[in-house]
Amino acid sequence: MESVKVDRVYKRFGSGKTSIEALHDISFSVSKGELFGLIGPDGAGKTTLFRILTTLLLANQGNAWVDGYDVVKQYQDIRKRVGYMPGKFSLYQDLSVEENLSFFATLFGTTIQDNYDLIKDIYAQIEPFKKRRAGALSGGMKQKLALSCALIHRPSVLFLDEPTTGVDAVSRQEFWELLKQLQLQGITIVVSTPYMDEAGLCDRVALIQEGKILKMNTPQGITKEFKRPLWALRSQDMYRLMKDLRAFDNVDTCHPFGQFHHVTFKSELQVDGLMEHLKNLGHEDLVIRDVAPGIEDCFMELMNS
Amino acid sequence: MSGESVISVKELTKQFGNFTAVDAITFDVKQGEIFGFLGANGAGKTTAMRMICGLSLPSSGEAKVAGFDLYRESEKIKKNIGYMSQRFSLYEDLTIRENNRFYGGIYGLTDKQIKEKTNFMLEHLKLEDQADTLVRSLPLGWKQKVAFSVAMIHNPRLVFLDEPTGGVDPLTRREFWTMIYEAASQGTTVFVTTHYMDEAEYCNRVSIMVDGRIEAMDSPGRLTQQYQSEDMNGVFLQLARKAKRAEG
Repeated sequence: MESVKVDRVYKRFGSGKTSIEALHDISFSVSKGELFGLIGPDGAGKTTLFRILTTLLLANQGNAWVDGYDVVKQYQDIRKRVGYMPGKFSLYQDLSVEENLSFFATLFGTTIQDNYDLIKDIYAQIEPFKKRRAGALSGGMKQKLALSCALIHRPSVLFLDEPTTGVDAVSRQEFWELLKQLQLQGITIVVSTPYMDEAGLCDRVALIQEGKILKMNTPQGITKEFKRPLWALRSQDMYRLMKDLRAFDNVDTCHPFGQFHHVTFKSELQVDGLMEHLKNLGHEDLVIRDVAPGIEDCFMELMNS
Repeated sequence: MSGESVISVKELTKQFGNFTAVDAITFDVKQGEIFGFLGANGAGKTTAMRMICGLSLPSSGEAKVAGFDLYRESEKIKKNIGYMSQRFSLYEDLTIRENNRFYGGIYGLTDKQIKEKTNFMLEHLKLEDQADTLVRSLPLGWKQKVAFSVAMIHNPRLVFLDEPTGGVDPLTRREFWTMIYEAASQGTTVFVTTHYMDEAEYCNRVSIMVDGRIEAMDSPGRLTQQYQSEDMNGVFLQLARKAKRAEG
């Protein structure tokens, strides 16, 4: 069964010349128990989409269903069944950790004890601070409390809006391990992130930019669609190498990528010729190799086309 | 980059009560260097950076920043550095031109200098048509590029960038780094924090803080070799996992 279904949704803010189209013809569906990622930068429309699916905002056009219920006609049923962690910390800052959690449990007619098994891996990490006010928690602890509160009524679908933004690489990895655990419990998860490297941790992803879905597939499916050869180059002076490559006739795109530049060519690359050219320009310690494209390579290719 | 040190920090320490947020860190950053300042949340990066910018007094240790002493000349440090963060940079309800006038004025530039700087920036960023647009209505990527230019309006020798590219699309993120490379190639020293580990690899050198101390500091190439990792992400994970103190 489909846990989430979105059919040709449009959303526009404002009217006239200054209006902004936040979502343009968005359609996708998420199967039960799937971990689905919305991958895109700020301003792509991710939050608007979450707000429509959690019944907090009305679309201008199109339909959407969550757990089989219509987001407009059956919003009350949906609110009982979904967990939502907004991008902005939205718990009560002046209540303690424990008070926040029991408040949300009470709202849904349940108790912390009833659902403790679902949240224990996450909540155990902040339980030593359960008397502390939520406003006085660190970023990582706030995130864990917000996730616990979103889970306390055992939702069937969990919406997480940029849960890892501004979070360091270690905490990000731990957070994704938690999501995998929740998925094993049968919860459908829709998660958004601006970090392209997190796409690989989802079952399926939609790449989204300026209100439009650029591409939707499994992460492997998306990188497979990158049709042309991709090369990685490095030299002693990376800034000059970038300028020299961009000035080279046959180079189509050249983007910095960690310790290498990722480069595509307009026609088939003659490696020896290029290396000779770069050596003549004074580049030392040149390295060139072909490289498998990642999600970020694909995203940039799609933005360019 | 064998030139003089623009930042020179010795045994710099900050204590809050019994808690040692920054624990005797020592490092130098050279003129024109791009220096990445990494660490997990709660490792002490922000506290260290606030001290080096002259915003918070150290408990002990020494530091010279842009040639000035951290204890006696913190006002001079503030005048001679640029600073940009993702959270606070430009006034959203002022236009690009007004932000330039405001920051130029703060740093004591003349009207003529401000005008020249503003025109140069608008041309360089190809934003001539947007000069009188409110910053609020600019796309995030443009905002960040304008914010970087404004942070450089007084030609500082040294600029601090605190997570400058969070949430920005991948193409704009790279354009931003091209601006960083450009500034460094003209001799500006860049001190940058980021959570993107591929960006750590754009730096000439990086330091990684764990529990208030600098656990590793070298070029990304040497660090990945030393920690037998494919990339900086692997190095970072190995080091940051050693952290003992909980995020405070």
